[in-house]
Amino acid sequence: MSVAHHAESDRPIATDKLLRMYRQMWTIRLFEEKVNDLYTRALMPGLAHLYIGEEAVAVGICEALQSDDYITSTHRGHGHCLAKGGEPSLMFAELLGKETGYCRGKGGSMHIADPATGNLGANAIVAGSVGIATGAAFSSQQLGSKKVAVCFFGEGALGQGSLYEVMNLARLWQLPVLYVCENNLYNEYTHYSETTAGDILARPAAFGVPAESVDGQDVRAVHQAATRWVGELREGNGPAFLLCNTYRYRGHHVGDVNREYYRPKQEEQRWMSERDPIQVLGNWLIEGRLAAKAELDQVRAEVAAAIEQAAEFALKAPYPGVDQVEDDIYA
Amino acid sequence: MPEASTAQRELTFAEAIREALAEEMRRDVRVFIMGEDVAEAGTPFKVLSGLVEEFGKARVLDTPISEAGFTGLAVGAAMTGLRPVVDIMFGDFITLTMDQMVNQAAKVHYMSGGKWNVPMVMRTTLGATRRSAAQHSQSLHAWFSHIPGLKVALPSTPYDAKGLLKTAIRDPNPVVFFEDKMMYKLKGPVPAGEYTIPFGVADVKREGTDITIVATSSMVQVALGAASLLDEIGVSAEVIDPRTTWPLDERTLVESAKKTSRAIVVDEGYGRYGVTGEIASVIAEGAFYNLDAPVKRMGAMHVPIPFSPPLEDVTVPTEQTVFEMARSMCRRS
Repeated sequence: MSVAHHAESDRPIATDKLLRMYRQMWTIRLFEEKVNDLYTRALMPGLAHLYIGEEAVAVGICEALQSDDYITSTHRGHGHCLAKGGEPSLMFAELLGKETGYCRGKGGSMHIADPATGNLGANAIVAGSVGIATGAAFSSQQLGSKKVAVCFFGEGALGQGSLYEVMNLARLWQLPVLYVCENNLYNEYTHYSETTAGDILARPAAFGVPAESVDGQDVRAVHQAATRWVGELREGNGPAFLLCNTYRYRGHHVGDVNREYYRPKQEEQRWMSERDPIQVLGNWLIEGRLAAKAELDQVRAEVAAAIEQAAEFALKAPYPGVDQVEDDIYA
Repeated sequence: MPEASTAQRELTFAEAIREALAEEMRRDVRVFIMGEDVAEAGTPFKVLSGLVEEFGKARVLDTPISEAGFTGLAVGAAMTGLRPVVDIMFGDFITLTMDQMVNQAAKVHYMSGGKWNVPMVMRTTLGATRRSAAQHSQSLHAWFSHIPGLKVALPSTPYDAKGLLKTAIRDPNPVVFFEDKMMYKLKGPVPAGEYTIPFGVADVKREGTDITIVATSSMVQVALGAASLLDEIGVSAEVIDPRTTWPLDERTLVESAKKTSRAIVVDEGYGRYGVTGEIASVIAEGAFYNLDAPVKRMGAMHVPIPFSPPLEDVTVPTEQTVFEMARSMCRRS
């Protein structure tokens, strides 16, 4: 695994921003815990792919973006959506198939999209959104809007040819797109080493795309790298590739409970006890006397209350009328 | 009806396509063209010659040979304020773009609850008999017609090509536009003035009373030729071109079949599970009590298009085969 890399020029992150990132990570963690709860109580239909364990990636990167910058996301997309400014209540409503959801219940867990926060949509095809993100960067360049596009994908997408097609295009045309590879080690139920020949960073390097590897459990490292690359992209020096080394605490989806045939429990325990992104930041804040434990506990409690409220809102929200089934096929 | 009256000026099919693109690019700076060899080369068919000279390389972009990549890029560009016109040289290559068109472009508007739009056009080709063999000759428009969220246009004349392409570019949805590559040199009247042709409006290419021949794209000329042959034996054939397979002008097709009481559907796609089956079913349901014969379907044979000319020629409907089918349905010998 690559070692986290901090450039000399990285400026320290302001304390209020660190606290905001701490809060955002708890928001994702507790949102996902609530999803798990609703799902296992059979209150939530469909599939849910939890982002627990990977919170520092979405938060560290989205905190380096402006609200009108673009992101594309994946089937494991709740974290990206929340980190980009999504409302938990409207997300829960969408996950429950309610009319008040982000997509009026038409998209569900794997397709949340929100123009107001620049979210071009989560995508249930692995690497399905790499073209969309690259196209958004193309628009930014053509229209001179200075927006950047962040393309989140898991290491499983490294197996898809379309990723290499668009990286080639993005480099040829110097598009402001940041490819963020979240390596959580598992392509569904298969360790990535069984599916990925060669070195991950050699891939972008082959196209002349600058690439860097960061500790995806350290939100400060992710954020500093993202800030640096987003700045480069805005100056017209795109694209770039950021490999975030992280870990999926839970199964591929909520129903993937018995995982020992593909990974040992000790491995999960080790990541959770030693590399938890929320604990890592919390401990660092306390040790540096930037925050007191009570203050951090308060953040968690506030988030927990807000998540409960958001879920309540969604549970009470109405389903769409069946007369809406043919709405929005065409604009 | 925004269609202008027919003028004397004649253009080839390729010139009509080029003029539509140029007019829309002058009208709307968001419109751009992207594809393989579209700039200086103007495509292998020379359909786009001259456009890069007028609009520059920022709006007429040569891409790598990456159909999936640049089609995906177009989806994102369309969602974020541009109006891409993607060029897929041969219709056979749409297979490489299927995820981007079917899972992304077609579904973005619906999946987002109507929040994101994908106003893009994919231009591509169809048609056999160019001696190009199995991977450069297919007519795969039925595939896209099958997918909710996409619109599919397939013009059969220079006039229709220009008017439909302008409509496609202005449409807020993804539109797939099929051009018969054997038709690029076909000439026809195209007025100099501005006009568009709405989607979902069939055109009666020839009026008749005894049998309806519904034909698309490359098969319209075939149907018109068959109609002339039928005329000689006293059969009056009506030829109708739906012009878009989706949206489909079901009413015009059904009304014609009710009037003539017989119908053949001719399309160059494979007959099996194809456009001919869909349209035949629409007519059979809509005109059932007025029909004197079962609706007949004529499409490409169920074989990979062979290279050898005598083999290739028998795989697609011709004037003669359409004529014979119509004659037998009208019980003339």
